[in-house]
Amino acid sequence: MDKTLADDNVDLSRRRFIVSSAAAGGGLALGVHVPFGIGSAAAADAAGTEVNLWVAVKPDDSCVIRIARAEMGQGTRTGLAQLVAEELECDWSKVTTESVTAARNYASKRAWGNMSTAGSRGIRDSQDYVRRAGAAARMMLLQAAADEWKVPIADLSVANGVITHRASGRSTSYGKVAAAAAKLTAPDPKSITLKSPKEWKVAGKPVKRLDTADKLNGKKVYAIDLQLPGMLHAAIKACPVFGGKLASFDESKIKGRRGVRGAVRVNDSTVAVVADTWWRAKSALDALPIVWDEGADANVSSASIAAHLKSGLTSDDAFADSDYGDALKAIAGAAKKTEAVYSVPFVSHSTMEPMNCTVRLSTDKAELWLPTQNAEASMAALSSSSGLPLEQCEVHHLDLGGGFGRRIGNLDVVRQGVAVAKQFPGVPVKLVWSREEDLTHDFYRPIAQCRMQAGVDDRGNLLGLFLRVSGQSINAFANPAAIKDGKDVRQLQGLWKQPGDAQIGYTVPNMRIEYAMRNTHLPVGPWRGVNTNQNAIFLECFMDEAAKLAGKDPLEFRRALMGKHPKHLGVLNATAERAGWGKPLPRGVYRGIAQFMGYASYTAAVAEVSVSSKGEVKVHRMVLGTDCGHFVNPATIAAQVEGSVAYGFDSLLTEISVQKGRVVEQNFDTYHIARLKHLPKVETVIAPTHDFWGGVGEPTICVAVPAVLNAIFAATGKPVRTLPLKHSGLTLI
Amino acid sequence: MVELNVNGKAHRLDVEAEMPLLWVLREIVGLTGTKYGCGVAQCGACSVHIDGEVMRSCSIPASFAAGKRVVTIEGLSPDGSHPLQIAWAHYDVPQCGYCQSGQIMAAAALLRKKPKPTDADIDEAMTNICRCGTYQRIRAAIHTAAGTGKAGGSVIHIVDASAASTPAAVADERSNASA
Repeated sequence: MDKTLADDNVDLSRRRFIVSSAAAGGGLALGVHVPFGIGSAAAADAAGTEVNLWVAVKPDDSCVIRIARAEMGQGTRTGLAQLVAEELECDWSKVTTESVTAARNYASKRAWGNMSTAGSRGIRDSQDYVRRAGAAARMMLLQAAADEWKVPIADLSVANGVITHRASGRSTSYGKVAAAAAKLTAPDPKSITLKSPKEWKVAGKPVKRLDTADKLNGKKVYAIDLQLPGMLHAAIKACPVFGGKLASFDESKIKGRRGVRGAVRVNDSTVAVVADTWWRAKSALDALPIVWDEGADANVSSASIAAHLKSGLTSDDAFADSDYGDALKAIAGAAKKTEAVYSVPFVSHSTMEPMNCTVRLSTDKAELWLPTQNAEASMAALSSSSGLPLEQCEVHHLDLGGGFGRRIGNLDVVRQGVAVAKQFPGVPVKLVWSREEDLTHDFYRPIAQCRMQAGVDDRGNLLGLFLRVSGQSINAFANPAAIKDGKDVRQLQGLWKQPGDAQIGYTVPNMRIEYAMRNTHLPVGPWRGVNTNQNAIFLECFMDEAAKLAGKDPLEFRRALMGKHPKHLGVLNATAERAGWGKPLPRGVYRGIAQFMGYASYTAAVAEVSVSSKGEVKVHRMVLGTDCGHFVNPATIAAQVEGSVAYGFDSLLTEISVQKGRVVEQNFDTYHIARLKHLPKVETVIAPTHDFWGGVGEPTICVAVPAVLNAIFAATGKPVRTLPLKHSGLTLI
Repeated sequence: MVELNVNGKAHRLDVEAEMPLLWVLREIVGLTGTKYGCGVAQCGACSVHIDGEVMRSCSIPASFAAGKRVVTIEGLSPDGSHPLQIAWAHYDVPQCGYCQSGQIMAAAALLRKKPKPTDADIDEAMTNICRCGTYQRIRAAIHTAAGTGKAGGSVIHIVDASAASTPAAVADERSNASA
């Protein structure tokens, strides 16, 4: 099994591809180290005149805005363009975008900054320098007009790409002055004053996405659609038991099949068949006799994994992140107390575009086409696996048919693709995973259990809260170096004591939050929202159990603990108010509420649910709120909120289970993803405080499920502690 | 040899009779708007019309489609002007977009059978998987294209919360003490 993003971080730094974190992360975050250097002088072609690295202007005044982050549906391409255009003061109706390639970024010493698109960082980590880039281009275009007219720049005004000299009434346009502007020296980015978001005209508005048209007529080309002359196609199978090996395969049995070029040992656990079409390759692969050496984990099952995790609920190898007062003592002495164990399953990313890449190798060039959330990491993997230096590598990253954390670099697929393409020099080979391969060889959302205790006094105040998470660690699998002193704080995401990114929103006088690592042989990784998903279910469902113990309304019970967390409280209040918390509901419909923080944004949700006597759960309406600080496109935020409900519903509906060391669910007939009928009406509350930049793609997903579970609890009086719902005799309809 | 009529154009193709129509369309005819998603007729990304019926082309052998009229997303309208395509654009339905060809083809078949579908009709007919979760906008776009008069789409409340919070209070003081 190919591991780790960390592997390639090592590769990257060895190759000095990622500059030091101080220069890259810190500098870019401040937005003062990104050069707006003058483009090549010869750039006044069909692509337009490059005013700076981010902006090119065409003679017809249309502006091409360069985008370095990946677009996987989350709307970052449009949002970043809005931010650049806002400062550029161009005509939004004439904006197009173009992707920066990893090779170009590398050749420019990462002038476009970090291309990684994960952790809901596409906008919040880029916003400062892309806005400065737009402003710098505007200043250069205005200066060019001022120079031409020999007037002070201060006497000019600009709107929609038209520059006007107020005194004389003369006007010109960006297209006419772009060539002169491109020859000017770029302003010092530090000298640029950005607009206050209160002045925004394009940013902050629900403008239409720039990338919709080709998604409606079949014209959009995803990497899986790529067609190149002479292209071959590869289908692939890795050992069904993680950690197992490929012992042998009998290629003679597929010799002579139409179109088949041969079987390839890809690595020590994987075999591929290559043919002139993918269907012929896949059919031959299915017919290929393969002997696996299943290895040491061939007897692992969901039951043995559950027992392994259960041991972590009471073991003495945990560490505490939060530890205030004496939680266990306070609970022991409390007037009323309760205890519960929750468990959540592995779930799969299941991007709709199956995993794929196309590789063409020659003696002096490696080319790669793929959907990736991090084209730079993909390029590093291309270089290391092909043996060619980065200077001879080219990565064409196409917009993704879904990412969700599965395609951060796509390193496993790239290495496989290179291994196969090595057997066919000069020929482009497209490797496509079957859905079965995808579901059985994902980097799953970590499985976890949680034991919690609460104690309340005789007036219903929460005196003590204890929480022990036991489950698999993403870092242990993918990035062990991130674990300091054996304490993997990442698995407590959303329960952190530190403010700013994923802080717990409650103040409890006696509170202890622990994690015990219990790893399995399944690969795990970031799954949209990552560990906030499990931890929000644990904390927020148990808060409702504690509220019931205290005899309090779940909202009032929470509010009493949130006085020192005004942003958590603000979005909770805004969401509850819009949802009509406390107001009458139709007979048989019940509400549930949840709040949580992740990716620097504060979120809350209210669900309205009914449960039939047969255990059929219907979610009628959900209101989800987010305080993401500043916001760039409310329509996109609503799309992400709506989508997060559907994605979050995985753990209500389905699970990845294990028998004989392998994943049981092979396709969508057994891995039950939410369909249209399962989704309630979703309303989005944007409750911005305008004083920070939070993420959007992931934060709301974690509150969707606990809000529904708490509504079920309200309806039935029985908490749902084990997911998916079928383990509690319930079905989502 | 399989003879196919795809989007009004006749093709005489030297392919295996059992090759699924999806792969004939994608890899032989070269129409890639129809997508591979699961291969077992579950996700609907491969939905096409065969003699006016929506079918999942990943699980239909080419021989079944021989002599029948196959319409793919590329042939739904000459210029993207099908009412569903217009409504889809109006609501900005797609996120990643990968499943949307199949969604639109499924919706088009629904409207042919039920020009004014109810929510229940839409629930029943629209079983295609969208991983980005565009379902709410899909429902709204179908209602709009059908002219059912039923409101839908995104509901967005923007509530300025800045007065309600003070940045200094964000950090729990105990956190600072123990961090």
